[in-house]
Amino acid sequence: MIETMKRTDEALQNARTANLADDDGDSERRREIKALIRRLVVAVVFTVPVFVFAMFGMWLRTFVPMGVIDFMTNPWVQLALITPVMFYSGWPIHRTGWLALVHRSPEMNSLVALGTAASYGYSLAVTAVPELLPAMAREPYYESVGTIISLMLVGQLLEARARLGTGESIRALIGLKPRTARVVRDGTEVAIDAEKVKPGDIVVIRPGEKLPVDGVVVAGVSSVDESMITGESMPVTKHEGDTVTGATINTTGAFRYRVTRVGSDTVLAQIIDLVRTAQTSKAPIQRLADKISGFFVPGVIIVAIWTFAIWWLIGPAPRGVHGLVSAVAVLVIACPCALGIATPLSVTISTGKAARFGVLFRSAEALQNTRRIDTVVMDKTGTITRGKPELTDVVMLDPADGPSGRHGDAKRQEKENHILRIVASAESLSEHPLAQAIMEAAKQRNLDIGQPSSFQATAGSGLSAQVEGRRILVGNEAFITGSGVIFTASEVLDRLADEGKTPVVVAVDGAAVAVLAVADMVKPDSAKAIAELKQRGLNIVMLTGDNQTTSKAVGGQVGVDRVIAGVRPEHKAERIVDLRNEGRMVAMVGDGINDAPALAAADIGFAIGTGTDVAIESADVTLVSGSLMGVVSSVDLSRAAMRNISQNLGFAFGYNALGIPVAAGALYPIWHVMLNPMIAGAAMAFSSLSVVLNANRLRAFDPNAVKPRRVRFKRHERHVELDAQSPQEGDPSPAESLPAEPDSVQTTQARSVSSVGASSDAPAKYGQSTKGTTMDMDMNNGNKVKDPVCGMTIDPESAAGSQEHNGRTYYFCSAGCAENFAKDPAKYAD
Amino acid sequence: MGNIVVVIIAVVLTAAIVWYFFAPRKAAAANRQGAVQVAHIVVKGGYSPQVVEVQAGSPVRLEFDRQEDGECSSHVVFSDLGIDRTLPAFQTTSVEFTPSKPGEIPYACGMNMLHGLVRVVAKG
Repeated sequence: MIETMKRTDEALQNARTANLADDDGDSERRREIKALIRRLVVAVVFTVPVFVFAMFGMWLRTFVPMGVIDFMTNPWVQLALITPVMFYSGWPIHRTGWLALVHRSPEMNSLVALGTAASYGYSLAVTAVPELLPAMAREPYYESVGTIISLMLVGQLLEARARLGTGESIRALIGLKPRTARVVRDGTEVAIDAEKVKPGDIVVIRPGEKLPVDGVVVAGVSSVDESMITGESMPVTKHEGDTVTGATINTTGAFRYRVTRVGSDTVLAQIIDLVRTAQTSKAPIQRLADKISGFFVPGVIIVAIWTFAIWWLIGPAPRGVHGLVSAVAVLVIACPCALGIATPLSVTISTGKAARFGVLFRSAEALQNTRRIDTVVMDKTGTITRGKPELTDVVMLDPADGPSGRHGDAKRQEKENHILRIVASAESLSEHPLAQAIMEAAKQRNLDIGQPSSFQATAGSGLSAQVEGRRILVGNEAFITGSGVIFTASEVLDRLADEGKTPVVVAVDGAAVAVLAVADMVKPDSAKAIAELKQRGLNIVMLTGDNQTTSKAVGGQVGVDRVIAGVRPEHKAERIVDLRNEGRMVAMVGDGINDAPALAAADIGFAIGTGTDVAIESADVTLVSGSLMGVVSSVDLSRAAMRNISQNLGFAFGYNALGIPVAAGALYPIWHVMLNPMIAGAAMAFSSLSVVLNANRLRAFDPNAVKPRRVRFKRHERHVELDAQSPQEGDPSPAESLPAEPDSVQTTQARSVSSVGASSDAPAKYGQSTKGTTMDMDMNNGNKVKDPVCGMTIDPESAAGSQEHNGRTYYFCSAGCAENFAKDPAKYAD
Repeated sequence: MGNIVVVIIAVVLTAAIVWYFFAPRKAAAANRQGAVQVAHIVVKGGYSPQVVEVQAGSPVRLEFDRQEDGECSSHVVFSDLGIDRTLPAFQTTSVEFTPSKPGEIPYACGMNMLHGLVRVVAKG
């Protein structure tokens, strides 16, 4: 074991010399591990001979000369061997243990310190003044002292290693950054240190190269493997104007991009920061463990005292020895060593693991609570759908064979392409999203897009253009018929509209030839993710500002349980609070910027999209890849992590709960069984070992290999208020402008905002929301200040933090903003 | 005779332990330095004073004077406030925040073994 640890240590040294960014905590931890190994080696070297001869002296008689055995079992020799173990090897345990007792906040080391001190003191008395003790009790317990300290050190070493090991998940992220970058300087390509790349630089990326920083593609096309950031295994194609992220890997193409963010502003740096913060945060379940240990230690000391007293009163002779041995055993076995690491270890491993597949938990609390959500509310645009219109249908209106078309596939395809090409050419000067979608589709089919010789657009209805000598009309039905074209296939338009699509009619030289439809397409894995969530017993609600026809179509396509349509962004938070008041634990999935209030109002906010500051600040969980499958993985991981933590706590307390009565001698009257302090020490080490091994099982968590388990959720009695100052008093209800509602779609009704907090000076904060972010919806309040980092207006009373800079106090909406400010106050202070 | 002595000692020790660990702790009040409430906390195998009392609504500065090295106390974590500060050995590090309402703000070392508490009382 020591050998392995030494090797690991060397490996770590190598990693360090490999010039990776290193943090103080890790180097200190490494020093600690080295010191622990030294102390453990001393403890083992001196304890083993004492242990072997004390325990097996009689059996060794056949192999070892009598003289050696006599010498090794001499108490004075044992004293000489064990003293360095007690004082050198045991030093960190004793120092921490006794100091904690002095501070009246005893912990595990205190128990071991007490136990070994009792054994050592007793043995010393046996050695120096045996005549004071009864003849039966003149047996020293040096080997116990040595064994307990050695095992305790092994436990500490395991813990320290585990902590460093999870530090490795951050190191792995840091290691994603390439060392050098190829940039254009004075017209030539030069390789420079990646740290020296500045915003505005043009970076040249060759096939297979790693991107050093974030930026926007300016030339070239390539697919980029973003799996290390988003967890998405398929490479993503990057055209001119697309954003690229540092640490991702280019595949086969070559391109150049302009640098937008470097250093601590990059997505990677923000991810690292977030993971680090989450790993050091404390899960609520840990408070319980803390509370228990506060009572545990004094309780154990009292049990030890009474163990001695009862043995003394009714025990067999030698009463003192039996009493002392039992009392020491109680002190040692009770040591809740594993308790200290039971929760944090699982939390660090889970959050580090989650970051690997593009799920960023902001805190351990988020990790713990994600398991409890029973309702997932999803925004439509950009969350369930791609958020960008795309061409979905091309319906040919050939009078010869009707709208459905009876041509051969190839011929039909050719006709479609022809129409698409001339429409794309006609639209090539238009900025309309519809035109963009058609042009994108034409590009994807590798069609030659030309330029119209003349072009005229009528806002909101259509355009007419001259392409290759033909007159092209593209627009809605009214526009086409208004231009004198005969159009009879209205049913095609109705069908497409019912599917939630936007249809347009194409006419060439005065004859209607085709209908094109454009829609915001559902992301490929949205339906799968929703099905998976439903399999886990969760309720899915779609919340959108879009009209009912479109919402209903999309909702039906992906299989949500309930659609709430026509909700304006500023009312979304209210709908979330309504759902919470139905007794649900609500998660909101949204894009972080528009949906920030709703994310903050939910029990758990999931922000979809890349790691922008706003998203990270207002969400509990950030899904970097933008895929809804991230929600499924979060739920699975949260369930796995909390199960793991419960098991760990079981291991940590279980050994103690079983061990204490046995150690105290409860089994003695029946079977004459007593727990030797050494065995107690071994049990204690096993408890640590079980926890470490069990927590490490989480490393094997695979989001794709989880068997879904349906959980039945209980509705909780709860009352939550959205006590923000109402920003929309006197506003018309969002539903009033909507057409009559179909049965299955629930439309927002006019609803007055919760009355509490409607007074003007109420802090802008959502009731029961424990998040650091407070969203202010009232900008007219007198004593509000501005967060210098994110620009949010906040109330100093409810600010998450404040800092002084140049004699002025700045307030922050959240710890994240405060931290950014602390890094570079001059940058934000005005 | 010996039995009685042992029982008496055990009772006395039990009482002493209960008192020692569970007697209410005196909170050290933070000093006012202008608008800021300042408390000096020595970090050596624990935090002393372990409980600091401050008033809600005004900024608090806790000066952590770390008089030891080793891993455990190298960080101080205020989990409720999301603060995790590294405390360099044998140096004083300040942690600042403004408590908005009365209550208790517990803090602990990075390994969650040493515990301290900031008790926030209403403005008097």
